[in-house]
Amino acid sequence: MNKQAFLDSLRKNLSGLPQEDIEERVMFYSEMIDDRIEEGLSEEEAVSAVGSIDEKASQEERNISQSHYGIGLIVLLVLGSPIWLSLCIVAIAVAFAVFVSLWAIFVSLAAGVVGGVVACITLLLYGKTASGLAMLACGIVCAGLSIFMFYACLAMTKGTMLLTRKIALWIRKCFVKKEGA
Amino acid sequence: MDIQLKRGILDVCVLAAIKSKDSYGYRIIKDLKPYIELSESTLYTILKRLETAKMLTVHTVEHDGRLRKYYHITGEGIKRIEDFKEEWKEIMLIYKFVAKEDDTNE
Repeated sequence: MNKQAFLDSLRKNLSGLPQEDIEERVMFYSEMIDDRIEEGLSEEEAVSAVGSIDEKASQEERNISQSHYGIGLIVLLVLGSPIWLSLCIVAIAVAFAVFVSLWAIFVSLAAGVVGGVVACITLLLYGKTASGLAMLACGIVCAGLSIFMFYACLAMTKGTMLLTRKIALWIRKCFVKKEGA
Repeated sequence: MDIQLKRGILDVCVLAAIKSKDSYGYRIIKDLKPYIELSESTLYTILKRLETAKMLTVHTVEHDGRLRKYYHITGEGIKRIEDFKEEWKEIMLIYKFVAKEDDTNE
């Protein structure tokens, strides 16, 4: 194959890329062939040294398809944003509501402890020993439950953070493809 | 070899090949040949990546009635080489540790 035939066939294999991009690649290979000819190789030898066209094209296509997949996906994401963005916001809102509710239970239980202790002291001061002790018992029950609740909330917070991280990594993986150097 | 690692090494090799003076595609391939075999398409991808990362600049020079692209390293590119040398020192320390542990366990 002579140089012109090689470059034509390369150009054909690259069709679909922006014109500027194709010309740049063709220029690159053309220079490579000329430099080999200058060194004393014949045109045929220089072309075959630069590599068989099929191999080249498939390598080029692999490089291209990776970048094009990214662009296609980005276009899709932008066009589909009214749907997925609203769904995403709803999902975040629901998760946030559950999150706040659980922590609110913990806070109210903690408040119950304070209330129980205060009520107990007040009732004892007024001489109502039995009622005071009952209030103290309520306070202790609240304390126990709030300790449980605290660990449950802590676990949930950690879980949410881990999940967010995993989702973020997964999204990143969709865009950043590993490519052979 | 791990793809990320290999990619990093290839980038630095190409930067090193243009560090002392500007070079062109075919000479880069020839200069690196004793150390690493580079195909044209691989070199093209690396040069593009380094240009995008502003580690090198490209200028065209007329040579023998045709055009030839020369690649010139930037400050950013030189810094990449320096960083690589530092990173490699750490890797060599780890290598020595791994090799030593491996020997004593055999």
